[in-house]
Amino acid sequence: MERKTTIQAENGKQDLLITRDFDLPVELLFKAYQEPELVAQWMGTTVLKLENKQHGGWQFETTDAQNKVVFRANGVIHEFMPNRKITRTFQMENPPTSAQRFEVQLEFLEFEPLTVTTSRLTIHTVYRSVASRDLMMQLPFAKGLNMAHNRLQTIMNQVN
Amino acid sequence: MNLRRDVFQAIADPTRRAILLLVATQAMTAGAIAANFDTARPTVSKHLQILTECELLQQTQTGREIYYHLNAQKMKDVADFIEPFRAMWEERFTRLETIMKQYKSDK
Repeated sequence: MERKTTIQAENGKQDLLITRDFDLPVELLFKAYQEPELVAQWMGTTVLKLENKQHGGWQFETTDAQNKVVFRANGVIHEFMPNRKITRTFQMENPPTSAQRFEVQLEFLEFEPLTVTTSRLTIHTVYRSVASRDLMMQLPFAKGLNMAHNRLQTIMNQVN
Repeated sequence: MNLRRDVFQAIADPTRRAILLLVATQAMTAGAIAANFDTARPTVSKHLQILTECELLQQTQTGREIYYHLNAQKMKDVADFIEPFRAMWEERFTRLETIMKQYKSDK
């Protein structure tokens, strides 16, 4: 499979760069970030709030089959330039363990047309520290482990 | 974790990344590697030393020559660290693309 998404994360730095080219005009790509019902679809989350304006706020929430909140995040929008740029903060509300507390991160989302029908999204994320960046990057690892544990739990429950 | 950090330090440098690309296809001597760069020979030697210390490069002695070759397993470890994070975004963006193509054709 072609790898369209690239991640640049240099060691010892507290930021990272995510780049992805889309087979979509830049207007459609931007719309996916603008319209709450579209955000909900591709992010697989519930959009509680999305105020697309300077000083506007946003909040997303994801629940599991038992209506238990598994993910909630919020932030403030600093810049909202249609088809060009969104600058916002992002903070997770429910850290996986109480020992871990996620600091707010700053995100610069830049949208650019490549051709009439293709576009590029660049997300530059700045974290408070190198450690918090590395922790965020390792989350999908932790998630995979949790899923494995949950599966094991389900199987064990059936055995009992 | 410390060793892993060193590895990331190693690949953060563009010259060192270029060296890794060079030896990815064939084992090379320090001289042959240096011939590919404008940088002074001692600088290239320093880069080779760092890459060897963090095990991204391995040395093999053939006669009087020392050949450098890529430690594929170590490179895989590096890729694996970022891979779940990248895969998560890849999945999300692919969904975004599919949804927006559908949205466009519905219009």
